[in-house]
Amino acid sequence: MRNVWTIANREYKLYFSTPAAYMIAAMVFLVIGIIFYANINYALIQQFAPSAEIVIGPLVTILIFASPAITMRLMAEEQRLGTMELLLTAPVRDWELIVGKWLGGFLFMLTIIAVTLIYPLVLNRMVDPGIDQGLLISGYLGLLLITSALIAIGVMVSSFFSNQIAVFFATLGIFLVLWLISTPAQAVGAAGGELLKFFDFSEHFYNTLYIGIIDLADVIYYLSITALALFLGTMSVETRRWR
Amino acid sequence: MIQVEGLTKDYGLRRAIDDLTFNVNKGEIVGFLGPNGAGKTTTMRVLCGYMPPTAGKASVAGFDIIEQSLEARRKIGYLPETVPLYPDMTVFDYLKFMADLRHLPEAEDRVDDVLEMVHMEDRSGGYIGNLSKGMRQRVGLAQALIHEPEVLILDEPTIGLDPVQIHEVRNLIREIGKEKTVLLSTHILSEAQQVCNRVLIINKGKIVVEDTPEELQARLAGGRRIAVRVAGDPQGLDQLIANIPGVSRVLGVLTNGIDFETDPGNDVRPEVARKLVASGYDLLELKPLGLSLEDIFLELTKEQNEEIEEREEDELEESEVGELEQDEKDEQKEG
Repeated sequence: MRNVWTIANREYKLYFSTPAAYMIAAMVFLVIGIIFYANINYALIQQFAPSAEIVIGPLVTILIFASPAITMRLMAEEQRLGTMELLLTAPVRDWELIVGKWLGGFLFMLTIIAVTLIYPLVLNRMVDPGIDQGLLISGYLGLLLITSALIAIGVMVSSFFSNQIAVFFATLGIFLVLWLISTPAQAVGAAGGELLKFFDFSEHFYNTLYIGIIDLADVIYYLSITALALFLGTMSVETRRWR
Repeated sequence: MIQVEGLTKDYGLRRAIDDLTFNVNKGEIVGFLGPNGAGKTTTMRVLCGYMPPTAGKASVAGFDIIEQSLEARRKIGYLPETVPLYPDMTVFDYLKFMADLRHLPEAEDRVDDVLEMVHMEDRSGGYIGNLSKGMRQRVGLAQALIHEPEVLILDEPTIGLDPVQIHEVRNLIREIGKEKTVLLSTHILSEAQQVCNRVLIINKGKIVVEDTPEELQARLAGGRRIAVRVAGDPQGLDQLIANIPGVSRVLGVLTNGIDFETDPGNDVRPEVARKLVASGYDLLELKPLGLSLEDIFLELTKEQNEEIEEREEDELEESEVGELEQDEKDEQKEG
């Protein structure tokens, strides 16, 4: 476990010394800020009290695009720099390496998400008698769970290739497929549709966590995806040794 | 300390190392010599636990490299051929990271210690990306030394260093080798002679020779090679040289001279000079040719091939040597 923390700590700190991470964070805040402003204006015109959904809704979509940029270098860069040889000959287990990488990326994403809490706080002061706290908590819990799964998938894909551009687009592709997979649900019949819905990222979010319902099944779904991706990432490192 | 038995590693269809067997004892510095692509790096990677062997077994400091990989890896300090560094970390942070991965108590003091060992104290706060190649090499060495490993495995440790640094690194290796076990690979024969207690020459994944550097040199210095360069046409030169007593054979006639070999313990140079001048040649150069690693290597593989020849008739030698050279060239291109 100590190795996991050592690796995660290095990754987390490294984000703060690279311009790329600041650019990604700035993009997230900029887009969220613009959408927040637009939503407040809209609410003023329409005369209704907005809830935390106006922050959480767009934030999920932005995270899907930002996460691949955060995770693409995690394993691919080690491969390119030759430092993979360093890590694989150090007394570190393969799973510790993968989990450490995931934790580093996850903590950085968490930092970005924590900063966005500013918007619900501002909103809370603007609306009378304040926003729905339960909805805020379940919404942000959903964000954490989704981020956990996204970062895990990102680390996994990053361990497949050494080209970061390839990693970025492969990761984004997987995210979009997972996000939209239930779209043709009605066309494939009842059983197939249910299956697609089961695997869909958004189905486990918009129907429950987003509207203030915490269902254990959704929590388990996201945690399972995280665990599966980390397991496959570990396998990928192990097979790399045999090549 | 290092025991290797029948170690074999295949990359797909290509066999990189083939049934290697050797031992390295405690307090011994063993040099691993061979041309590019001979299997030096592969052997080292397998020993360090980077990848498992296809067949055979090996143990480091008493731990099996497959069954007890983590324990073995704890005992090894490894400097790979391409020094594995993070350019956007400072020297200190990088070494601290390596120390933490190895769970060293008082890691920061230890980092200062190794930085002093490789004379990099003044660059500890600088980014690795800004360091010169020689400095990077030294940081890589510091990384391998940080946990005071019982076994040190160094893949071409002096490559890219300037002469002063090479001298320092060799001294450092000798110092470490007094108590620890060192396995290092090199292209440079003189390096092996200066540093190592024992030399393993490896070719095409097989050990060709295992000997002390002194004996190796003695065995091969049996014949002396001399090069003669003249101005103008060297026609008839081979006849003239071959007739001088003490000359064992002519190695080759060039457009501007000739190379030949003499019997041991017989300096024929004054005689050669006299004969050449007397015969009207304009002598430009007359010098002994040192045996390079390449010569030794060709010499040894030739011996190997001659053994084969005895069993399997002629013709093998030429093609084998030709192939070897071709292989070497190919690998250099790839590298």
